[in-house]
Amino acid sequence: MEYLPNILFAIILILGIGYFAKNIKKLIRNIKLGHEVDASDHKSQRWANMARIALGQSKMVKRPVAGLLHIIVYVGFIIINIEVLEIIIDGLLGTHRIGQEFLPASVYGFLIGSFEILAVLVLVAVIAFWLRRNVIKLRRFMANEMEGWPKSDGNIILYFEVVLMCLFLIMNATDTSFQLAGSGNVVSQFMVPWFNGFSPDTLHLIERTAWWLHIVGILVFLNYLYFSKHLHILLAFPNTYYGRVEPKGKFNNLDAVTAEVKLMMDPDADPFAAPAEGKEDEVPAKFGASDVMDLNQIQLLNAYTCTECGRCTSECPANLTGKKLSPRKIMMDTRDRLEEVGKNIDANNGEFKEDGKQLLGDYITHEELWACTTCNACVEACPVSINPLSIIMDMRRYLVMEQSAAPMELNNMMTNIENNGAPWPYNQMDRLNWKDE
Amino acid sequence: MSEQLKVPTMAEFMAEGKQPEILFWVGSAGSYDDRAKKISKAFVKVLHKANVDFAVLGSEESNTGDVAKRAGNEFLFQMQAVMNIEVLNGYEIKRIVTCDPHSFNCIKNEYPGLGGHYDVIHHTQYIQELIDNGRLTVEGKTYKGKRITFHDPCYLGRANSVYDAPREVLKNTNATLTEMKRHKSTALCCGAGGAQMFKEPEKGDMDINVLRTQDALETRPDIIATGCPYCNTMMTDGIKAKEKENEVSVMDIAELIASS
Repeated sequence: MEYLPNILFAIILILGIGYFAKNIKKLIRNIKLGHEVDASDHKSQRWANMARIALGQSKMVKRPVAGLLHIIVYVGFIIINIEVLEIIIDGLLGTHRIGQEFLPASVYGFLIGSFEILAVLVLVAVIAFWLRRNVIKLRRFMANEMEGWPKSDGNIILYFEVVLMCLFLIMNATDTSFQLAGSGNVVSQFMVPWFNGFSPDTLHLIERTAWWLHIVGILVFLNYLYFSKHLHILLAFPNTYYGRVEPKGKFNNLDAVTAEVKLMMDPDADPFAAPAEGKEDEVPAKFGASDVMDLNQIQLLNAYTCTECGRCTSECPANLTGKKLSPRKIMMDTRDRLEEVGKNIDANNGEFKEDGKQLLGDYITHEELWACTTCNACVEACPVSINPLSIIMDMRRYLVMEQSAAPMELNNMMTNIENNGAPWPYNQMDRLNWKDE
Repeated sequence: MSEQLKVPTMAEFMAEGKQPEILFWVGSAGSYDDRAKKISKAFVKVLHKANVDFAVLGSEESNTGDVAKRAGNEFLFQMQAVMNIEVLNGYEIKRIVTCDPHSFNCIKNEYPGLGGHYDVIHHTQYIQELIDNGRLTVEGKTYKGKRITFHDPCYLGRANSVYDAPREVLKNTNATLTEMKRHKSTALCCGAGGAQMFKEPEKGDMDINVLRTQDALETRPDIIATGCPYCNTMMTDGIKAKEKENEVSVMDIAELIASS
């Protein structure tokens, strides 16, 4: 019976990590529904981007207030989680504060002391974040796409962090032997008087409860990630690695189109030629994207990485002038549809069953797509290298090349280019007239 | 206005068996749009002043296909690109300068994948080069003491990270340069990009160019400097919407340099 807590701990740990691993596998499978894309180039630049943008938070601080608060929570989160290592070892071996035994008192005291200070800073930052969302009501958190679940999601994450930090401090404050040792209790010593008058048994009970709730809370939070916008704490790293390394203005040239154009321009091509042996059954490439399976894997990773901060939308010229387009909504819609497709696959033994829906139209409207000026403000603003513009462009391509559904004025413009090599109906031979006017 | 400018074509150079230093890619706006044609002429004047041996393609130039690409018509873009590349490669063009950031971006970044490899620069970069090499001297009298604010074109700035050349060139006018609150990488688009120039905007509460003009007017400028023919149109319209056309003018950097 004396090993019951150890066994219970091991079971909780395995369940917690196992369920998370299962969902991560699902996430990877969903991302792989997209086209493969070659990102084996610019390796050193990609690593540097990841180090600078994700690890170094370089883009977060473009907005100093939010950036600073975020760095506190980020650093706090990573460093305080070192404590989790001790909790896991203690839980499995049945020890108590194994670090205290094996580390010199000064080192252990320094570590726990810094955790305690960070815990307080994180609490302050998280409360500031909550106020920005719920009291100050910053415009970018109040957009239409943030109503309902996205808003609750944002707050739930903050409540999680408040509870975890409080549990950590309570656990330390009620740990009599830790307080007696008197090293590292820089914050919790001031909480000790709150528990004056409690019997040693009650104190121990509170300490144990806080300890268990802390580790269970962390495991629940870990598993909450997959269902939340908070996945960015993990995916920001691969996402910044796979982020674009070329000038933002460079849009990809579609290879499928290049093949057709080459054929069209080739004077020796036989227009009546039969398809080559074995090629009869090949499905012609679809131009552009109407659903998530038409996007590439980096675009789908982008969608899972988005934490809905709305910096993109707050810089978007179309959104700033009241148009429906919101780059953040493009990313949220892409993820929602991808999740829907994923669930469909789960429910149908691994095969996607046509559900009569798609990303274009059912989630993202034509009006949103046509409002984009392709100015790259959203791409520039994203702190984790997400590219909403590439999705907008792929969907425009589908609209124009598969459906001929461009706005009428654009059709006129394109007809002009086809006929006379200019977007206006002027004669090609008059191209140099300006010099004499 | 019928001052005749000497604008040699590649065909003429070819006939004489010569190669120019640089090809001036005029672009569709620079060729046909009444306002943008003035920018083309101003830039040609600058080229003459610096004794640059340049040529244009003339009637052999066709639309880059850039706007078709941004509208989603990859077919039309690639058709245009392949035709232009054939002409450019036929003339063995090495270096291209253009006043249009959209042509600049498209030829520089998107033509290489289709077989067109050139050294492409924006006219503000070329003017800076001419000044740095001592080939062009700017007197800097006309605009001395005027307040000028520069609007970053998206396809020059954010798209290709060219922020300094236009500002360096403007210093030669001896004007007082002011920055809008949104500038360089956070500059607001004028509203013309992504084929918006050729269509009505979607429903909203204001036009993008009016918002951008407000940004500019906050700096109390005498002149809004641009480096893109489309931005020029949008800002000019914005100034008209704000009824400031008598106080504030919108000018391309080539025009400012040609007349200072």
